[in-house]
Amino acid sequence: MSVPVIAELLKKHESELLQEWIASQRAAGIRTDLIDEGTVLNNSRELLKLLSIAALGGIDDLGSAEWKPVRNMIEALSRTQSRQGFSPSETATFVFSLKEPLFAKIQANCADPASEMLKASQLLDKLGLYSMESYMTGRESVIREQQESMLELSTPVVELWKGVLAIPLIGSLDSNRTQIVMEALLEKIVQTESEIAIIDITGVPTVDTMVAQHLLKTVTAAKLMGARCIISGIRPQIAATIVHLGVELGDVITKSSLADAFSVALKELDIRLVKGSLR
Amino acid sequence: MVDKIPILKMGKFLLLSIQVDMHDQLAMDLQEDLTHQIVLHRSKGVLIDISSLDIVDSFIGRMLSHIAHVSRILDAKIIVVGMQPAVAITLVELGLSLDGIATALNVEKGMRRLEQMVEDDLSLELESGEDRDFSAEAGD
Amino acid sequence: MGKTEIFPLKQETDIVIVRQRVRKAAEAVRLGLVSQTKIVTAASEIARNALIYGGGGECVIEETTKDGRGAVRLVISDQGEGIANLDRAMVDGYTSGSGMGLGLGGAKRLVDQFAIESQPGQGTRIELWKWR
Repeated sequence: MSVPVIAELLKKHESELLQEWIASQRAAGIRTDLIDEGTVLNNSRELLKLLSIAALGGIDDLGSAEWKPVRNMIEALSRTQSRQGFSPSETATFVFSLKEPLFAKIQANCADPASEMLKASQLLDKLGLYSMESYMTGRESVIREQQESMLELSTPVVELWKGVLAIPLIGSLDSNRTQIVMEALLEKIVQTESEIAIIDITGVPTVDTMVAQHLLKTVTAAKLMGARCIISGIRPQIAATIVHLGVELGDVITKSSLADAFSVALKELDIRLVKGSLR
Repeated sequence: MVDKIPILKMGKFLLLSIQVDMHDQLAMDLQEDLTHQIVLHRSKGVLIDISSLDIVDSFIGRMLSHIAHVSRILDAKIIVVGMQPAVAITLVELGLSLDGIATALNVEKGMRRLEQMVEDDLSLELESGEDRDFSAEAGD
Repeated sequence: MGKTEIFPLKQETDIVIVRQRVRKAAEAVRLGLVSQTKIVTAASEIARNALIYGGGGECVIEETTKDGRGAVRLVISDQGEGIANLDRAMVDGYTSGSGMGLGLGGAKRLVDQFAIESQPGQGTRIELWKWR
């Protein structure tokens, strides 16, 4: 197989292409508040070098091993940019702005510029799309991380008394949220050396099988660690659901209100509250 | 690699803290050694601290259950303390709930619990009844 | 990314090594503590099966990604007798040996993806995935 024309051009005019590419990026606007020109120059030089090496093996299959370094670099750059707050078009511009200088070189040096330009265009389009995909994956992982930290924030574990924790669950529970919340509860049990934890589900409108099972698993896990859980605030509908779903509550203590659960907890700890006026 | 888990005698109790990732033979040896020591010292209770273990698989779980059974036959109470949350969640998911094994959050609470269990046992000696599940009851 | 290692499963202490290396891989791809513990425990169960019932084998540990999330992929294989009835082997409480029969079904619940290939006389190959 002969060496693709584009590969030759990239190699032969590397330094010129680099300068013109930088110029074209500058014309499109470089976010100097987010990235300095030195980095842009380094990135461009690096990618150009990787491109000219990869193109030697053909420019049709970007999934091949030869193109791996190029893909990796674009992926890393695009992901970083999505985290740094670049817009999608700013990220894509990096690759697309190479078109103009490359087309100019093809125009000036090729016998059949039209067909080479088409190939070059297809190549850069693919790389641009790949850059977008990586940008989106980066963005998605940011969103996922934010969601996770939101979940942790949304349900605080509070200490009602020395040795008594409560976790008031509010809003609908999906199994992901239940899992995170329950892990937080168990961690807090260890931290505070609490022997009793009250899971209050007064603010939970519905419970499905998965959630009910997560709750029960938490109770069992707490027991293995040496703490016991009380579930309070089970609404009539939820009680009906639990029975209907056939979820076995086993020896889990349930109380209708948080207040009842709390007084059970105090009793367990052998603590009696006495009104001051009685003295 | 460690080739033996030390078992400490403290009055009428035995104390052991598992701090290494045990291979299966080590766990088997521990099981045997412990049984031997219970008989030798006529121990009334055994406290097993697993706070340093970052996993408990079915093999270790089975070892704990076995130790609990043997101890019961030898009239010694057993308590497992300090299981990490991640380990507990994993064990439950795996399908092991270590039924009948008393647990406590840490060595201090476990020791108090164990003393209480032995005392209760002495005072209840003549009464008949079902085995009570002492796990996770308030210790103070 | 993309680091792959192979460990032999020839003796009991190899299970300990596999546990430790799986933990390292899980940390490297930034799994949460609970997920780390789950995949390490699953590896321990399956590796022990390969050793006891499969007469030994090997464990491939790969640090990779799944839909852009960090992931650990394990392939544990042996050249033992294989499993005649896979469906039955996956049921909790079923065992052909001295185990408690939680091995396969239990390990499956601990991971995000579980695949098993086994034929009588052809050995067993189990693939486990856990991702962020």
